[in-house]
Amino acid sequence: MELTDIQKKILEEVADLHKIPVGAYNIRANGESVGRNSSANIEITSKTDVSGIDIKIKPGTKNESVHIPVVISQTGLKENVHNDFFVGEDSDVLIVAGCGIDNCGSSDSEHDGIHRFYIGKNARVKYVEKHYGSGAGKGKRILNPVTEVYMEEGSYCEMEMVQIKGVDDTERVTHAELKEGARMIVHERLMTHDDQHAVSRYDVELNGEGSSADVVSRAVARDRSYQRFDAKIIGNAPCSGHSECDSIIMDNGTILAVPALEANNVDAALIHEAAIGKIAGEQLVKLMTLGLTEQEAEEEIINGFLR
Amino acid sequence: MLELKNIVYQVEENGEGIGILNDVSLVIPDGKLTVITGPNGGGKSTLARIIAGVVKPTSGKIFFNGQDITDMSITDRARLGIGFAFQQPVRFKGIRVVDLIRLAKGEKKLSSSDACKYLAAVGLCAKDYINREVNSSLSGGELKRIEIATVLAKKSALSVFDEPEAGIDLWSFQNLIEVFDGMRKNIEGSSIIIISHQERILQIADEIVLVKEGKIDCQGTCDEILPKLVGTESAVKSCGVIDLWKGGDN
Ligand SMILES: Nc1ncnc2c1ncn2[C@@H]1O[C@H](COP(=O)(O)OP(=O)(O)OP(=O)(O)O)[C@@H](O)[C@H]1O
Ligand SMILES: [Mg+2]
Repeated sequence: MELTDIQKKILEEVADLHKIPVGAYNIRANGESVGRNSSANIEITSKTDVSGIDIKIKPGTKNESVHIPVVISQTGLKENVHNDFFVGEDSDVLIVAGCGIDNCGSSDSEHDGIHRFYIGKNARVKYVEKHYGSGAGKGKRILNPVTEVYMEEGSYCEMEMVQIKGVDDTERVTHAELKEGARMIVHERLMTHDDQHAVSRYDVELNGEGSSADVVSRAVARDRSYQRFDAKIIGNAPCSGHSECDSIIMDNGTILAVPALEANNVDAALIHEAAIGKIAGEQLVKLMTLGLTEQEAEEEIINGFLR
Repeated sequence: MLELKNIVYQVEENGEGIGILNDVSLVIPDGKLTVITGPNGGGKSTLARIIAGVVKPTSGKIFFNGQDITDMSITDRARLGIGFAFQQPVRFKGIRVVDLIRLAKGEKKLSSSDACKYLAAVGLCAKDYINREVNSSLSGGELKRIEIATVLAKKSALSVFDEPEAGIDLWSFQNLIEVFDGMRKNIEGSSIIIISHQERILQIADEIVLVKEGKIDCQGTCDEILPKLVGTESAVKSCGVIDLWKGGDN
């Protein structure tokens, strides 16, 4: 597998990968698979109808991981990828995705991806997705991920979605359907700067008795950037749902938080919280009394907030 | 040496200026532990905030080791060697105890044994707390101890503690007294101000300053002032709760 230095750097950013990962992996660079490994329990195959892969995880697979990072370093590349994950019953796996675009050119580079998760009974999935952009070119770095999650009885899914830097335009759509006793936890962290634009939509259907979802977003909008967070939780059974959008606004940023709840069952307990505000003055003061400048204090507060 | 000269601090309320500090002049000597006491609302915390640069006086001057710091920022005063533990410590989101102690020490990295030292000094078991977030999940007493630990870690030429004992349980209070006693023994070249209502803390003071109604009521050595305070009206006033149980009329 041959990767350029820039590609290696992006891999580090999005997947914490310094070398070839252990276990199953598929590394996609500039629209092609440049390295792939299936393991005894996790099989990765290319789709034949569209661009993308199928990841099949055997029932009962425990403590294994799949890495499927995507790097784009070619200006003007636009791709559309479909990846499907079939997570067998009773398995317990870590899935690390992520996409980094380095665009030094003048044409836009864009990665649109659909990830569909079919999570079997009592299976546990931890999903980590990092998005990152770099490069000084005029061309935009655009990422539009669609995530669909179908959860069987008693399954558990924890999703960590992070976009901290360099992505000019993003529209994220996450849709989930949960059966009896399934639990979903989402932890999204988003920072936009300069003239970036980010929209994140969730709709989570709690269809089974005892299902639950917790969607938490922490967001920072700096400079002239724009963010919109739409989270809708739908309770169709006795269930519990919670969404939270906690945002820091700076400079001339804009944040629009649109939390929505829909209950179609008298025993659906749904809560949402949304808060937008600037950095608390007394937090700055405390760090300044420790010797930090106002800018340093701001950085520490934001780094902590987005941790 | 810290010197406050004719400090006046006024706030506007309904177009009227209300005097919070009224012409306060005060010298905090080097190598001494000075305790500032006095009734609630007397202006002690305001004085501390003026020393740390958190609020600017309406008029008057502040000198630190001969240098006029009246117009100096919070950051520059901190770098010059002024430390300040808040009466009501701030909570954060995502910043951990270890981060605050590391920032206080001004180092890029902090070994856990180093961080341990400061937490142990305030009676916290380091391994339970070091990675905790300094957020609303901490109890009031825990937060207060962490606040003190950050100021200990900062190692300042002048450390100001605003009611460090507030919210600290009895058992740990003894421990805290020992921390301040220890600081006093190694005070050479530095000085400490503690704002407190506690007799036990007043007892370890070198100097006591009584602040009342925005003025310095009196200042002197512990031996001079303490006997006057204990049992007098001003000491009782700062313990309103006891008043109530005694059947007092306020
Ligand atoms: N910005 C402000 N606006 C209005 N009043 C203020 C302001 N700052 C302080 N004060 C008032 O000034 C007085 C002194 O407050 P300060 O906090 O300094 O008292 P303190 O001596 O520290 O009291 P305590 O023992 O209760 O901590 C109080 O009556 C307080 O309400
Ligand atoms: Mg006070």
